[in-house]
Amino acid sequence: MKKTMFAAALLAATALSGAASAKSLAYCSEGSPENFSPSMNTTGTSLDAARPVYNKLVQFEPGSTTPKPALAESFTISEDGLTITFKLRAGVKFHSGVNGFTPSRDLTADDVIWSFERQWKADHPYAKVSGGAYDYFNDMGMPDSLDSITKTDDLTVVMKLKAPNAPIIANLAMDFATIHSAEYAKFLMDKGTPEQFDQMPVGTGSFQFVDYQKDAVIRYKAFEGWAGKPKVDDLIYAITPDPTARYAKLKANECQVMIAPNPADLEAMGKDPDVNLMSQAGLNIGYLSMNAQKPPFDKPEVRQAIAMAIDRDAILKEVYQGAGQKAKNPIPPTMWSYDEATVDYEYNPEKAKEILKAAGVAEGLATDIWWMPVQRPYNPNAKRIAEMMQSDLAKVGLTATLVSFEWGEYRKRLQAGEHQLGLLGWTGDNGDPDNFFFLAGCDKDGKPAGQNISKWCDPKFNELMLKARSSTDMAERTKIYQEMQKLHHDGVAWLNIAHSTVFEPTRKSVSGYKISPFGAHEFQNVDVAE
Amino acid sequence: MFRFLLKRLALTLPTFLALMLVTFLMIRLVPGDPIEVRRGERGITPERLEQLRHEMGLDQPVLKQFLDYVWGILNGDFGVSIVSRTPILDEFIKLFPATLELTICAMTFAIALGIPAGVYAATRRGGVADQTLMGLALTGYSMPIFWWGLLLILVMSNTLGLTPVSGRIDLIKYYFQPVTGFMLIDSVLSGQKGAFLDAVRHLILPMIVLGTVPLAVIARMTRSSMLEILGEDYVRTARAKGLSAARVVGVHALRNALIPVVTVIGLQTGTLLAGAVLTETIFSWPGVGKWLIESIGRRDYPALQGGIMLISTMVILVNLAVDLLYGLINPRICHGG
Repeated sequence: MKKTMFAAALLAATALSGAASAKSLAYCSEGSPENFSPSMNTTGTSLDAARPVYNKLVQFEPGSTTPKPALAESFTISEDGLTITFKLRAGVKFHSGVNGFTPSRDLTADDVIWSFERQWKADHPYAKVSGGAYDYFNDMGMPDSLDSITKTDDLTVVMKLKAPNAPIIANLAMDFATIHSAEYAKFLMDKGTPEQFDQMPVGTGSFQFVDYQKDAVIRYKAFEGWAGKPKVDDLIYAITPDPTARYAKLKANECQVMIAPNPADLEAMGKDPDVNLMSQAGLNIGYLSMNAQKPPFDKPEVRQAIAMAIDRDAILKEVYQGAGQKAKNPIPPTMWSYDEATVDYEYNPEKAKEILKAAGVAEGLATDIWWMPVQRPYNPNAKRIAEMMQSDLAKVGLTATLVSFEWGEYRKRLQAGEHQLGLLGWTGDNGDPDNFFFLAGCDKDGKPAGQNISKWCDPKFNELMLKARSSTDMAERTKIYQEMQKLHHDGVAWLNIAHSTVFEPTRKSVSGYKISPFGAHEFQNVDVAE
Repeated sequence: MFRFLLKRLALTLPTFLALMLVTFLMIRLVPGDPIEVRRGERGITPERLEQLRHEMGLDQPVLKQFLDYVWGILNGDFGVSIVSRTPILDEFIKLFPATLELTICAMTFAIALGIPAGVYAATRRGGVADQTLMGLALTGYSMPIFWWGLLLILVMSNTLGLTPVSGRIDLIKYYFQPVTGFMLIDSVLSGQKGAFLDAVRHLILPMIVLGTVPLAVIARMTRSSMLEILGEDYVRTARAKGLSAARVVGVHALRNALIPVVTVIGLQTGTLLAGAVLTETIFSWPGVGKWLIESIGRRDYPALQGGIMLISTMVILVNLAVDLLYGLINPRICHGG
């Protein structure tokens, strides 16, 4: 037995020693993926690990929020907005040799249907494999939107919707909509090891999965598929959980791209002659929710007074330390339909005090400010922000106590509306404004939806949101969203604090790397000078 | 000897039961469950939360969950990770060699330097060497591991370029499948030129960081134990017989002085496994310590319960082995009963 293992190791070594001279790119990632099936994951770490392997019908252009045809060569939307027809690219190859699988055919409509039905139909043979919780598919409202997915021929997929849904194309560019190989699924099912489907991925992407050693490394090799050959031969994810260690590895050229720098290291990175510190406005919003169902915050004028009482410039300076932009709208300025015309509430504690007095708010009224116990991309230090707000509120006569809970518990209690004032935020998933506005949405009965922690319900705002979803005319949607920004501002659905800046350090030897607005890490166009 | 072994093994049973209960309850007392934790801003509807809790068996009464868990362990089933859906035992077996390799190297480093340092200090009691060595030991003992690790990376790797920053091997230069899970062995088996030396280079910093505290403890313990023994009558007799100083210290005194040191080594093994949690995080060392930390964050109950049980078993076994070692070092200690 030992002899066999030794021989196998030697053989592997001989076979792979040639790879040492190939061009390699090492990326210092943050952690181990939960698995390699994007439909079951919600964390960036897991989605990043699957992304090199897979493609979607439509994909975001690297570095942008614009969905472009990918596995679908083109798509058409019927006039009533209810039918989307995808024409698939011909001759798209799947990876060969992973886990003993050799594909016998190219990509067809069956693969597309298989990939969606796994998440959608409870009787799908893979529905329950690996736990079967398809969070994103459900969160994006796909079960409510989809009527049917069928094929008219091997390269044509027809998606029928129950109601027109303009953001669905952007939704389909999200990772959950990844297209898998139905043939590989069947191969594993026949072998009796279906769970390997989510551990050893086979896709059509620019890199083919080679090996994964938990907590250590994920290896991929270049695959010359429909999108051409990537610029590096080997892609290596070096799993490095500590941000300071990641930076040390970047300096030592042990990796060339790294995720999530420690804010304290940014200054040194900026001065480092070997490091290219890239930055971009984040597709996010950090906000203060004011519970519109709890007095005195049920009065719009009180919410406006709070907006004037809080010195957000000071927060930007002290907490974001310049790595952020003061927010006046709920969507970031890089997003289409952003309304430049919005006039932000100015910091004016005197005026705030007057408004509060006029609204009958007693001097010294007790309230609370909830802060989340974790650092988020849109809020680097919620506790410090809460403390600054507490002192600002004291100046206008409100006594706020600070409240916090464990992260899961915190989110649950905010959703239940237990807070009066609470900090939270959002990072965009798909670049469509609807993906931000739904946070302030309510259901048909005028009850706040789960994500709406401010419990703010404006029938007009809701009506516009539904109208924008059903329109495919970009100009019309832009107009609607600008009107919604006005309603959001006047009603102070929440107090916008900041859009934070995202930083990505790479070695100077790296070219072609683009920061993704969604926090994704993609390497198909990246090159590294040797 | 055999009776002693049986007696000791029987004594570990209540320890195991208590461990199972404590880990089971402690993890559940931490607020937040595995489903809510992974949802973040996205939140979850109460209906969907109930459905997922039901699928994971988290809606069962706690007592039933506990009994299922104990029954599983009695049958050798440590459960399946909530996050990766792989059996806990499989994950543990894959990751444990990395921790074991690091722990063995750190302990060897601590013993190899700690005992000679302690002996040397004892033979020069009150002198400059004694005071310097014990001062260093005190510093080492109070060193915060995280800070010490990052400092070493900064100086040794980034400034001097002598050692790699983290990981177990240069991932760009070398690639081979793990055979034993011990990188020092696998790198030799791979036959790739330079792989073994690279693995050694990767081990140096984590070994020093993890070995620093036990090194300090062993040095101090050896010194005080030696001082006590060196004052004994039989040592004076040995000297009077005209034996060389080296023989008196090295054979007559050291062997007897080692008994408390061996106890400390046994106890330090537990500390080392705990220290490995931090060391593995700093040095991206893919062992069980890092795995446990991530499991806490993700509220992966089965992984935490199983992982802690398995590590505790190791610690209990090491301590048992230490008890048996006493007999070998000092024949006067008889386990016959």
